[in-house]
Amino acid sequence: MKKLVAIVLALMLVLPVFATGEEYAGTITIGIFEPASGDNGPGGKQETLGMYYAHSLVNTVDLNGKLYKIELVEVDNQTSADKAPAAAQTLVSRNVNVVLGSYGSGASMAGSPIFEAAGIPAIGVSCTNPAVTLGSPLYWRICYTDDFQGDVLANFAYNDLGISTAYTLNMLGEDYGAGLVNYFTKAFEKLGGSVVADTFPEGTSDFSAYLQNAANFGSGVIFSPSSTVYASLLLGQAASMKLEVPFVAGDTWASSVILQAVQNTDTKVYFSDFYDENNKDATEISKEFVTGFKAWLNASPQNLTNNGGNDIIAAVSALGYDAYMTAIEAIKKTETGSAAEIAAALPGVEYEGVTGKIVFDENGDAKKDIAYIKIADTEKLDYIFVTTTSIDTEE
Amino acid sequence: MEWLERFFPYILAGLSVGGQYALIAIGYTMVYGILRLINFAHGDIFTVAGFIMVYMSATMPLYISIPLTIILTVLLGFTVERVAYKPLREAPRMSIMISAIGMSYLLQNLMWYVTGGLAKQYPVIPFISDSIVVWVTTTKIVTLVTPVLTIVLVILLQQLIHHTKLGMAMRAVSRDFETAKLMGIQINSVISATFIIGSFLAAVGSLLYFSNYPTVTPTVGAMPGLKAFVAAVFGGIGSIPGAVIGALIIGVSENLIKALGYSTFSDAFTFALLIFILLAKPTGLFGEKIIDKV
Repeated sequence: MKKLVAIVLALMLVLPVFATGEEYAGTITIGIFEPASGDNGPGGKQETLGMYYAHSLVNTVDLNGKLYKIELVEVDNQTSADKAPAAAQTLVSRNVNVVLGSYGSGASMAGSPIFEAAGIPAIGVSCTNPAVTLGSPLYWRICYTDDFQGDVLANFAYNDLGISTAYTLNMLGEDYGAGLVNYFTKAFEKLGGSVVADTFPEGTSDFSAYLQNAANFGSGVIFSPSSTVYASLLLGQAASMKLEVPFVAGDTWASSVILQAVQNTDTKVYFSDFYDENNKDATEISKEFVTGFKAWLNASPQNLTNNGGNDIIAAVSALGYDAYMTAIEAIKKTETGSAAEIAAALPGVEYEGVTGKIVFDENGDAKKDIAYIKIADTEKLDYIFVTTTSIDTEE
Repeated sequence: MEWLERFFPYILAGLSVGGQYALIAIGYTMVYGILRLINFAHGDIFTVAGFIMVYMSATMPLYISIPLTIILTVLLGFTVERVAYKPLREAPRMSIMISAIGMSYLLQNLMWYVTGGLAKQYPVIPFISDSIVVWVTTTKIVTLVTPVLTIVLVILLQQLIHHTKLGMAMRAVSRDFETAKLMGIQINSVISATFIIGSFLAAVGSLLYFSNYPTVTPTVGAMPGLKAFVAAVFGGIGSIPGAVIGALIIGVSENLIKALGYSTFSDAFTFALLIFILLAKPTGLFGEKIIDKV
């Protein structure tokens, strides 16, 4: 009797392999390396939503007449550079063929050596720090980088807002903020502006002293690329102090958390973004994505919650969608969809995405040169599009 | 006069932050005074109070959700003591300390689980969340209310300790646990009362704190909790006025350091201060003298 049970159990383990074998030639696993908790949890979840939406549209690929199934494996890198390596290791041991992520440059850089050692290619989605792809042959990226973004924002503050003094504030030891502040400062000082820099330690919730510093210094703009958790505290306190200085920040602030924080206040918040859902000149692909993704979000309460409780499309969701589709394009160029083949195929990928055309340069960065500058609407939960900027970075 | 005008906003913010630290610090110091236990879960009880308020206010009006939050927080503090500390009363001090650390992580992870790690926006409590102009600066009314309310609560607490039967029992238990027990004092109810008072103050502290900094995450209580603990040690652990004065000093000096442009070092300063005080006066500012009985 015991033997019989053992045989049945063993068969149950083996049979599913045969079962899939009939339908599919194999399975290609895409790893999602994103924060679902920690400071970047809200953003990471929105990015992941874009990937799941893309997966709901395309979940098989045909390679030489054989149908392969695409599977998603998700890990939570917890926003933190010390926990990201363990999360990356989990993906490696699950034998993923390609990795997407992460939101947040710090986690991407921490996971990078582990993917590289295992020979798994990774596609950065919204990690903008140049160091992510620099010197990492297996890391690609589909968004613009901080040197471009810092330049754009400095130009916007100096030329469009007409401001010559800036106060920068970022979290100590955070790669994203420190990088962006550095590029912003360089560009802003080159234009002729002056900058006072300040940093706050992790876990700060009282920002009144920093805001007071900015006011005392007489700065015309506060440049504070930080995670949305700190941003909402910062904005709330600025509003209660009736501080009239406008805020400028990077792509991270394109989040409904920020919109909620500035409702019914007089605080002006400008930020650069990868994508604009209300863009009138949008391509067909982009329009299709907007309607399709909204319908998909509204169909599931869980998805809506993960998106922050509304169906405003975050730029990172659009990027998540593009990252998945870019991976699929690369897989289509391979024989069996193995990690090594995908890595070899990625440099040659050309894909017309929702956020623009994706072609990689020699560093592995997508050649993107447009940033959308937006302002947060203080009356209803929405963004107002201000301008698109592209800068000739050639010296 | 000019420097006062420059530093006034910082000092005001510092007093407010200090008041919030004080309300948490009292919880630490009272439990220590009676049980000789550092209740590591106290900072997390403070955070849980924040989340309870977020969830309660989503469905109920404020005049119900505020008292309910306080009651549930007190209940939580009481339960934590009954479940994690009472069974270990006869165990070595180290075991109960480990139990406290375990409780702290349990609460934190429960919060991760329930909220999914997303930051929640704290509800706006009318009146205290309004802006007000004070001399040269604009701030929320809660900034002014916090230190005042803290001092009123502390005076009430001192009355309770020095002029009621329960207070007398508390003092007796804190003086000599074993003898108090022999004299017929209900040890367990005195300890429960301590936890109830501590949790009540943590709930009030959380109302004030999150009205000022309206973002609640599972780890948001860690830093204020730690600083409140520093304040309690600084003022002399076991002494309530000591905890309050310690907390106010830490709150103000932290903000002044930022005002001077050394914001990077503001936390380092807080902890360096703790080391100096312990070196110079190991029992803290108002600490009881240790008498070795032979």
